[in-house]
Amino acid sequence: MKNIYAIIFSCFTAATFFTSCSKDKTVAPSGDNTVKTTLSIQFDNIVGDKNLQLGTGTYTNAVGEQFKVDFLKYYITNIKVKNSNGVEYTVPKDSSYFLVNEADGASQFVKVRVPEGDYTSLTFILGVDSLTSVMDVKKRTGVLDPSGGMDEGMYWEWNMGYIFFKMEGTSNVAPADPSGQHKFRYHIGGFGGYNAPTINNIKTITVDLTTAGIAKARVGREANIHLMVDILKMFNGKTNVSIATYPTVMFADFSATIADNYSKMFTHDHTEN
Amino acid sequence: MRKYYWCVAAMIAFLIWSCQKDKNQEPAFEGFVQPAGFPVPTYNVAGNPVTKAGFELGRKLFYEPRLSRNNTISCGSCHLQTSAFTHHGHDISHGIDDRLGSRNAPPIMNLAWNTTFMWDGGIFDLDLQPVAPITNFVEMDEKVSNVLEKLRNTSPYPELFKKAFGSSDITTATMMQAMSQFMIMVISDQAKYDSVMRGLASFSEDENKGYAIFLQKCNSCHKEPLFTDHSFRNNGIGAGPNNDSGRFAITLNPKDMYAFKVPSLRNLAYTAPYMHDGRFYTLQGVLTHYTSEVADMPTLDPLLKTNGTPGISLTSQEQAQLLAFLNTLNDKKFITDTRFSQETQ
Repeated sequence: MKNIYAIIFSCFTAATFFTSCSKDKTVAPSGDNTVKTTLSIQFDNIVGDKNLQLGTGTYTNAVGEQFKVDFLKYYITNIKVKNSNGVEYTVPKDSSYFLVNEADGASQFVKVRVPEGDYTSLTFILGVDSLTSVMDVKKRTGVLDPSGGMDEGMYWEWNMGYIFFKMEGTSNVAPADPSGQHKFRYHIGGFGGYNAPTINNIKTITVDLTTAGIAKARVGREANIHLMVDILKMFNGKTNVSIATYPTVMFADFSATIADNYSKMFTHDHTEN
Repeated sequence: MRKYYWCVAAMIAFLIWSCQKDKNQEPAFEGFVQPAGFPVPTYNVAGNPVTKAGFELGRKLFYEPRLSRNNTISCGSCHLQTSAFTHHGHDISHGIDDRLGSRNAPPIMNLAWNTTFMWDGGIFDLDLQPVAPITNFVEMDEKVSNVLEKLRNTSPYPELFKKAFGSSDITTATMMQAMSQFMIMVISDQAKYDSVMRGLASFSEDENKGYAIFLQKCNSCHKEPLFTDHSFRNNGIGAGPNNDSGRFAITLNPKDMYAFKVPSLRNLAYTAPYMHDGRFYTLQGVLTHYTSEVADMPTLDPLLKTNGTPGISLTSQEQAQLLAFLNTLNDKKFITDTRFSQETQ
């Protein structure tokens, strides 16, 4: 008798256990494309094995140079997601301009509206696409407002275009500027040129979500795709960048090398569904 | 009888009133009008139609020193109407705190036809052009967001923006659009040359000969009627002490090294000195350069070479005739037009 109770109890416990495990399976997407929900993409900036700490953390690049980071901002635009059936959804362009700022925690959670679904792949542009770069002033609002909507300094007014990626900091190997600081400055942009071709550092990044966890977008919930953004990759890549050799890189040919390097800095860590 | 007198009195009063009305009535505001003989403008006028309120607001902003960090420098500080909107007598300009720039202030003139702005063409949209001088360290050294904030707190700007754009909100877009409305209206098309082309006047003998020389030797770059083809060329003046790379800084194309925008030849009498760094103080100096001082550099414009020899051959008589023609491009009405002047606002 005691055994029967034990079996019933075990069955009940097991059933409860399985039910809770299969919770996600039971909530199927509605299949209605017009039903949209919020999808969050977290840009968690790190430096190799360490978390990025502005101003205080000390890091070392592949050529052995120590450095600190004081400023990090980059544009994330043109977001697309692909579901398990291979169907792609492009977030409307106007709702797809973001500026990630290491000094502003909220800016590191990029939130877009997508149809319900199971998403296996995420695509975005690191930078600002060429059409947006030549867009009418009336449409340049929010983070694209050249008056400082991007909190100043993410726009080249003398050679019109947005700075896609901007990182500044200090390193003893960087030459001293007139104020005595050993600063490095990487301001990377270049959308290809308006009426004469020039450097194009627009990077389209696709992140596979199947290994670390697909994103299940459901109404009433907010899935969060947690990306690790390893800024050490900006230095360490196909060409290792030396701060001593290149303390300042802005609108110059070498910026393409840096952009190639940093295009590899995104990895999918996990998804909170 | 009394009624009759009243009638006459009323009629006389009406006549006087209507006469006065005509006298006081300003000509109707026409907005942007493409001058006869000019091509279709590059600027998208339909996207920002010029209204009287918008134009007048743009003019006020053009002469507004609040655009600068310490409220001392306006656009008009370096773009003086009496100098055809250049900085007469200055090879390079002094901006805020008397900081010196590195290039000669180009004219605000016929900008609706410009394909790019600045000597190196780094700006391709007039609506975003003012951001550059406002934020430049040696010019106004201010942030556009601060300018907007100052304007929001300065009467009568909110009211003027409401009149021009239907909302007293002052944004980057409305500020820039108002400034563009003023700038595209600053048109120089009333020189003697224009009258001749419209059949209303004729060239003197020297001017006519100078025009023929111009067509043969200058027009391929300084293309009429705007007297520029908007291209970038190295005209062989050689790098200055600051080794300004010109267009190269924008395109990073080695072929563009030391190339600068071909400037218009209109209003030369008012716009000395000449070239991107204002190195020539007289037109004779410019002609001497082209006839005998063109430096043979790897990126020298091929049009400035004949049979492998750099320069343009011009006898002293031809030079005098050419100068006579160039004088017909001076537009006195343009530099005295009260619609554009600081005093009018």
